[in-house]
Amino acid sequence: MPSPQISGSISKSFDQLGRSVVNLIEELGHGGVLLWECLYWFFVGPRLGQPVRLRLIVSQMMEIGVSALPIVVIMAATIGVMQAIQGIYALGLFGAESRVGIGINLATVREFGPLITAILVAGRSGSALAARIGTMTINQEIDALNVMGINPVRYLVAPALLAMLIMVPALSLISMYIGMCAAGLYVQADLGISLAAYTKEAIDILSLDDLMHGLGKSVIFAVLIALIGVINGASVTGGAEGVGRVTTRSVVQSIAAIVFTDMVFAFIVTRI
Amino acid sequence: MIDTLQNEDSDNANGPVIEVEDLVMYYGNRKILKNVSMEVRNGEIMVIMGGSGSGKSTLLRQLMVLERPHSGSIKILDQDVGSMSARELFDLRKKLGVAFQGGALFSSMSVGENIMLPLHEHTELDPATMQIMARMKLEMVNLAGFEDLKPSELSGGMIKRAAVARAIVMDPRILYMDEPSAGLDPVVSSSLDDLILLLRDAMGMTIVVVTHELESTFKIADRVTVLDQGEILFIGTVDELKSHPSERIQSLLNRRADDEMLDPDAYLKRLTGEDVNGDATL
Repeated sequence: MPSPQISGSISKSFDQLGRSVVNLIEELGHGGVLLWECLYWFFVGPRLGQPVRLRLIVSQMMEIGVSALPIVVIMAATIGVMQAIQGIYALGLFGAESRVGIGINLATVREFGPLITAILVAGRSGSALAARIGTMTINQEIDALNVMGINPVRYLVAPALLAMLIMVPALSLISMYIGMCAAGLYVQADLGISLAAYTKEAIDILSLDDLMHGLGKSVIFAVLIALIGVINGASVTGGAEGVGRVTTRSVVQSIAAIVFTDMVFAFIVTRI
Repeated sequence: MIDTLQNEDSDNANGPVIEVEDLVMYYGNRKILKNVSMEVRNGEIMVIMGGSGSGKSTLLRQLMVLERPHSGSIKILDQDVGSMSARELFDLRKKLGVAFQGGALFSSMSVGENIMLPLHEHTELDPATMQIMARMKLEMVNLAGFEDLKPSELSGGMIKRAAVARAIVMDPRILYMDEPSAGLDPVVSSSLDDLILLLRDAMGMTIVVVTHELESTFKIADRVTVLDQGEILFIGTVDELKSHPSERIQSLLNRRADDEMLDPDAYLKRLTGEDVNGDATL
């Protein structure tokens, strides 16, 4: 027979696990409802005279996409070069370093381009979205929108989601290109393989499927970043400290969700 | 087109525009509003007052249709909010204006943009006309020339005035104000009271003010609702309130705490965590 302390501790652990599962299901449900509401406003809003404003979408696109461009370019180039260094070293063990371009290009287009971009956007714009909505909730600005007859999902969430859906794949595409170019330049400098030969190899090895694989997952990442940012922002309690907490939580959850989804996506797609 | 509806229902000039019947509201297991019934008449300033935790802010959120009651009914402009469709609620909201306690101005926008937001969303007016309307409302609240400033560049009193300008830009039939005088010095507070009176007299608005400021209440209220622990203690005019025999009401008016609070033994027991039987609960 377990002692009452052990039995109490086990029951407490199950209690916490149960609560976590319920919270997770609740947040998934909330995310589903938000996505549905956004689609409703995209397609039905204009007929009700309440469209999702282009001005707000463009403003979000500037914030999420254009402002993030320098850091995405720097990180993509760095990771491209890093892949080239590691690739040359690893293939050099077998004397096959001249084939390094195959691995770099496939990995960049199918994996690193979308993944690194999504992580950067989650850290930069997902957290900003959570902080913005959290602050607006605390300052009663969300209530103000509601009482003015302005649906907060239409006004705040739908433009951010659409901007993410456009800008995350666009940034991923740029990230893939920059990553491959930076790796090509390093390979040229290190192995003496010309950029033209490297590019030809890339064109030969890469197919449209590879590109769609990368862009497809970046669309899913965009939805995850937007919804996780909004759900966390809207759940804020406890003033400025609460905003800090939900912002951190949003980044952690977004990155975890991105990495997990990436694995599941890769597993499913490579078996179809 | 903007709805200018002050003169609607002219045949029912003093009839109720808000009717609350047996309103009950819970937060968790705590009953915040206990069978509250009241009405607000057309064109009057109704002040809802009460101590902290009396339920006045919860009642205001119900009247603003930000929350739905657990039981009871609320009728606003003859429409039962409980059975309203989303479209009807959307139309109703255009006839309501709210000035929140902290202003709730959007920090990313200028004062002018804040005020024009409802016009942008609900009307087809051209930008020049919207700007003229925003300036008119700013002038009305004595903030002319401040339209290009950000809310962070305004003082507390100016933020509240800008919030009022935004709340009245659609010429609402009912204006709700949450603690308009809170945190303001007496001079600014008094000028806000004058503004509230002006809005009633010049625009014929029905105004519901939630406050715990007695001086302000006495100055602006046509009628007063006193809430205590989620129940209505009193509804009537300021004169009736002042002369009301209830000791509880007089305590509130004279800012006296409960007798229990003044009892040193009870106070000591609360501090030491003992209940009435003398058992320590900590």
